[in-house]
Amino acid sequence: MDPVPLIAAVVAASPPVIFAVLGETLAEKSGVINLSLDGLLLLSAMTGFAAARAAGSVPAGAAAAMAVGAAAGFVVAFASLTLRQHQVATGFVLTLLCQNLAYLLGAPVAHVPGPQVSPAPVPVLAQWPLVGPVLFQQDALVYLSFVATAAVWWYLAKTAPGLVLRGVGEHPAAAAARGIAVTRTRYLYAVAGGALVGLGGAAFSLAVKPGWSRPYGIEGTGWIVLAIVIFGNWDPLRGAGGAYLFVLLQTLGTVLQSLMPRVPTQVFPTLPFPLMILALLLVALGNSERIHRALHRLPPGARRRLLRTLRALQSSPPASLGAPLEQE
Amino acid sequence: MRRLGFAAAGLAATALAGAAVLRIVSASPAQAYSLILAGAVGSPERATFVLAAWAPLLLAAAGLLVTFAAGLWNIGIEGQVIFGAVCATGALRALEHLGPPWLALVSAGLAGAAGGALWALLAGALRAYGRVNEIFGGLGLNFIAGSLTVYLVLGPWARPGIASTSGTLPFDPALWLPALRVSRVAVPIEVLLGLAAIGAVSAALRGTYFGLYLTAIGHSLRAAQLRGIATTRETLRAFALCGALAGLAGFALVAGAYSRHQLFPLISAGNGYLAILVVLLAGQHAVACAAIAAAFAAISMGSLQLPLAMQLDSSMGGVLQGLLVLCVILLRGFQTRFLREGT
Amino acid sequence: MRVELREIRKSFGAVRANDGITLAAEAGTIHGVLGENGAGKSTLMKIVSGTLAPDGGQILLDGTPVRIGSASQALRTHIGMVHQDPLDFPSMSVLDNFLVGAPVGLVPRRRRARDALRDLAARFGFALDPEARCDHLTVAERQQLEIVRLLWLGVQVLILDEPTTAISASQRTQLFAALRAMAAQGRVVFFVSHKLEEVQEICDRVTVLRHGRVAGEAPIPCETGTLVRLMFGRDLPRAPRPRIRLGPTVLDLADLAVGDTLLTLEHVVLQVSAGEVVGLAGLEGSGQRLLLQVCAGLIPPIGGRILIGGRDLTGRPYQHFLAAGIGYVPAGRLGEGLIPGLTVAEHAAIAEPRRSAFVDRRQAVRSAARRIREFNIRGTPDTDVRALSGGNQQRALLALLPARLTVLLMEHPTRGLDLESAEEIWRRLLDRRAHGTAIVFSSSDLDELLDRSDRIVVFSGGRVSAPIDARRATVAQLGELIGGKGL
Repeated sequence: MDPVPLIAAVVAASPPVIFAVLGETLAEKSGVINLSLDGLLLLSAMTGFAAARAAGSVPAGAAAAMAVGAAAGFVVAFASLTLRQHQVATGFVLTLLCQNLAYLLGAPVAHVPGPQVSPAPVPVLAQWPLVGPVLFQQDALVYLSFVATAAVWWYLAKTAPGLVLRGVGEHPAAAAARGIAVTRTRYLYAVAGGALVGLGGAAFSLAVKPGWSRPYGIEGTGWIVLAIVIFGNWDPLRGAGGAYLFVLLQTLGTVLQSLMPRVPTQVFPTLPFPLMILALLLVALGNSERIHRALHRLPPGARRRLLRTLRALQSSPPASLGAPLEQE
Repeated sequence: MRRLGFAAAGLAATALAGAAVLRIVSASPAQAYSLILAGAVGSPERATFVLAAWAPLLLAAAGLLVTFAAGLWNIGIEGQVIFGAVCATGALRALEHLGPPWLALVSAGLAGAAGGALWALLAGALRAYGRVNEIFGGLGLNFIAGSLTVYLVLGPWARPGIASTSGTLPFDPALWLPALRVSRVAVPIEVLLGLAAIGAVSAALRGTYFGLYLTAIGHSLRAAQLRGIATTRETLRAFALCGALAGLAGFALVAGAYSRHQLFPLISAGNGYLAILVVLLAGQHAVACAAIAAAFAAISMGSLQLPLAMQLDSSMGGVLQGLLVLCVILLRGFQTRFLREGT
Repeated sequence: MRVELREIRKSFGAVRANDGITLAAEAGTIHGVLGENGAGKSTLMKIVSGTLAPDGGQILLDGTPVRIGSASQALRTHIGMVHQDPLDFPSMSVLDNFLVGAPVGLVPRRRRARDALRDLAARFGFALDPEARCDHLTVAERQQLEIVRLLWLGVQVLILDEPTTAISASQRTQLFAALRAMAAQGRVVFFVSHKLEEVQEICDRVTVLRHGRVAGEAPIPCETGTLVRLMFGRDLPRAPRPRIRLGPTVLDLADLAVGDTLLTLEHVVLQVSAGEVVGLAGLEGSGQRLLLQVCAGLIPPIGGRILIGGRDLTGRPYQHFLAAGIGYVPAGRLGEGLIPGLTVAEHAAIAEPRRSAFVDRRQAVRSAARRIREFNIRGTPDTDVRALSGGNQQRALLALLPARLTVLLMEHPTRGLDLESAEEIWRRLLDRRAHGTAIVFSSSDLDELLDRSDRIVVFSGGRVSAPIDARRATVAQLGELIGGKGL
């Protein structure tokens, strides 16, 4: 089995998950969880497709999808930061509402053709052996996803506002003591993160899974994205890695199914979910104090190796996740 | 009184927001709303279907009252309903030709409850021992339960000859739960079960030590521990009880008089999630729970009329339900934040 | 620049944290602010640094009144504070911490910032690695980082809140040298502390606070006795305490070691007899809470053994300790001790042994009413505990304890209570002691510790003193031990 077309397929299918993971990472870095992700992906996918079809252009669709994502981010931020309501409650209601809105408003555009992102191979580089088909024979959204991953990483690691974002999520009281407007920062990133998630939705309906239907087929992806953000330790590069891994598993699923026809067809598409639970278990293990204490009894060599593995699994959330800052 | 005020304000806001949404698809709000109403109570048969939809909601909501009392977000309830339905179907299939029908039905009920409890304990154990948040644990288990159902329906429990996603072979009428006749409306018996469940759970939360412990845990886990309450044990019990009730809801979905009498993919169709919305709206108030569950069941059933009559997707019902809960949450937030000084 | 505070007032509910405080600090000096826990030092400094707004009074800089409404406003008037708990970003690097919130444009010039960091640090004898993670630094280094950062931002008035709590002797020397250099450059340094020795070493002038007011001011050098008198008031002759016969050992800690992420206590040896009262003295966060919680069975010890009433309960779960007669009353009355949202009757129901699965409401109400009567609680059985005042919550906590206890562990039994309520609480505690209960309590009130304890154990910087006979101890002696001298 030739791995190159497989990897190229994985890269081609990954932009939606990449955008969603990046967007949610930004929002959660500032301390706001957007639990409406699953429904939001559906709603923004439908909106993106419908808008693109109505305007006859892909960028219009993407813009509409991003607007929907931003609006959802705003509602979550507003309910949580200003109205002090429980983030889980708001997010959960919103996810159901977005899903139902998507099905309702999307009925007219179900199973109809519409604009799609066209493939855009890079002239010379596409001919490179191995690397060419994987990286340079893709479409504009894939290239955008590369840029976005690099941009978010650069923003967080190298710029002053990125530092402020990390500070706000890490220790809002310290940020406030330095004169940073914590609430305003959280609103900003909840909305921006939502917009990126919206772009992810558009990437589904305008490229990876063109069109719209009910059910659409990506139901449940949003929850996996939330788990990837946790597993990726709120880091854009680790999150992107998790996204590629997830898409690889999905793609492999179809391949493996054809190789193992006796395995029930439901096993492979469902596999991400127990794997998600397993990943979260590993993270809890990495953070567990009891395990750390138990390890102290092992001989130093084995202990060092195990500790290094555990530390790689460690995932510490931005300390303020889920809680609005109490001003004195 | 304030609660009713919120309900009224929420309904008004929902009606307006819903109208705006309908305008987007060029549909008439007046027509849609009246169709939904007619679809729910327009005839005795329709009313019966609403009652049949009410029962699983009541049971699931009763279960959620337990977990919400302890401050737990049992999003896994959807999977608990599904797995309960699976176990109930299994029991019915095993016993349908062995012994009297009532034995099969009772066993199926017990199997459903046990299955739901087991599924819930999985999520509970993941939380208690694996420190996996019950939201993610529950969700993962929901999808696994859903896939398990599809596998069973298309595989080992497939209809002989045609493996179809429409479901397993429907059960013989002898294996249907009975229904009572009240004037012209048939009342499925599981409605009584559901009402009894809500009443019993509500009373138990107020009158037993178990309920007191859960309430304490819900207010402050730390203080409850210091008071000597075995918080892990009581939390797992709460999961198990909720799962058992959810499993009964699943049982009602396959054995009810006006159900489809079979296991099929999407057997729960969001009943669990809808029950969460019901309890979010109603708080710990038993009567409000039952009333809101009835309203939601009516909206769900009523909106099934929309596709045929108006070419509108039936998710309009879900949109209305979601809008209502969202509006009330936002209204409550406004009240806490801006109207009551010094909260 | 000259800093002047006039009649600063700040109240939290009924508590007057700052009651008309006036002081002046000249440019180029290190001004000490001395006082016990609860004297009002932190509140005052939070007002100066912009974290809190005063209820009344004025702050003047070089004679001009200024309004400091927020931390960023304070920075603009060149005032900065180094907090006792580092307000930094643990998982980020030193350089990143340096840069967060600074006016550096979109892409900060890291090399320039790194050089500035190194230069400033070197000028004061600090060694900071810009790439190190902040939570891998010692407390002293995190302090140094904060100081250097504030200096970089042009701070002229530097406030240090209890800076030497968790740093070594050599680091302290470094810090003091740096502070002298800063003062020599014309800045004002506020040195907030409760440690007499250090204030005498580093400050030019000191203001002593007591119960929210200025007890006095003195130039340095100054007699230790003077400062002690100003801080604690006079050593009053103690009323003779009734001697009671102590019973067998009920709490026995044998070479105990216990720790959490911040602090580890080791080699703790203590034997408490029935009817004895042991007080735990020390600054907040020095390990008293850890000790009380390990005695209650809430935290497992890392090493050593705990025996309650002669039985080895090391590593057993909390329920076993409860069954052995331990009572633990935490400092957080609501949310730790009492369950907010539940009524007094419901607490009584939980506290009593249960006879069936069903709660007997009437019995619970009767029991609650009895406890309310006996303990003089202002409330009814159906009152939500959230609605009780602090004093009544404390009474409720005591009322909910079982009638007979082997060991009663209390954190800050009278914190925030008026004198009358405090008297009453102690009457009840001494009542229990007369029936054979051993009492171990922690407090920041040295008077309370000296008046009520039979023996006192002092905690300072992770170290535990040998028990001291309270009848023979003096305030000064305790103060010095708490300050870390001689431990």
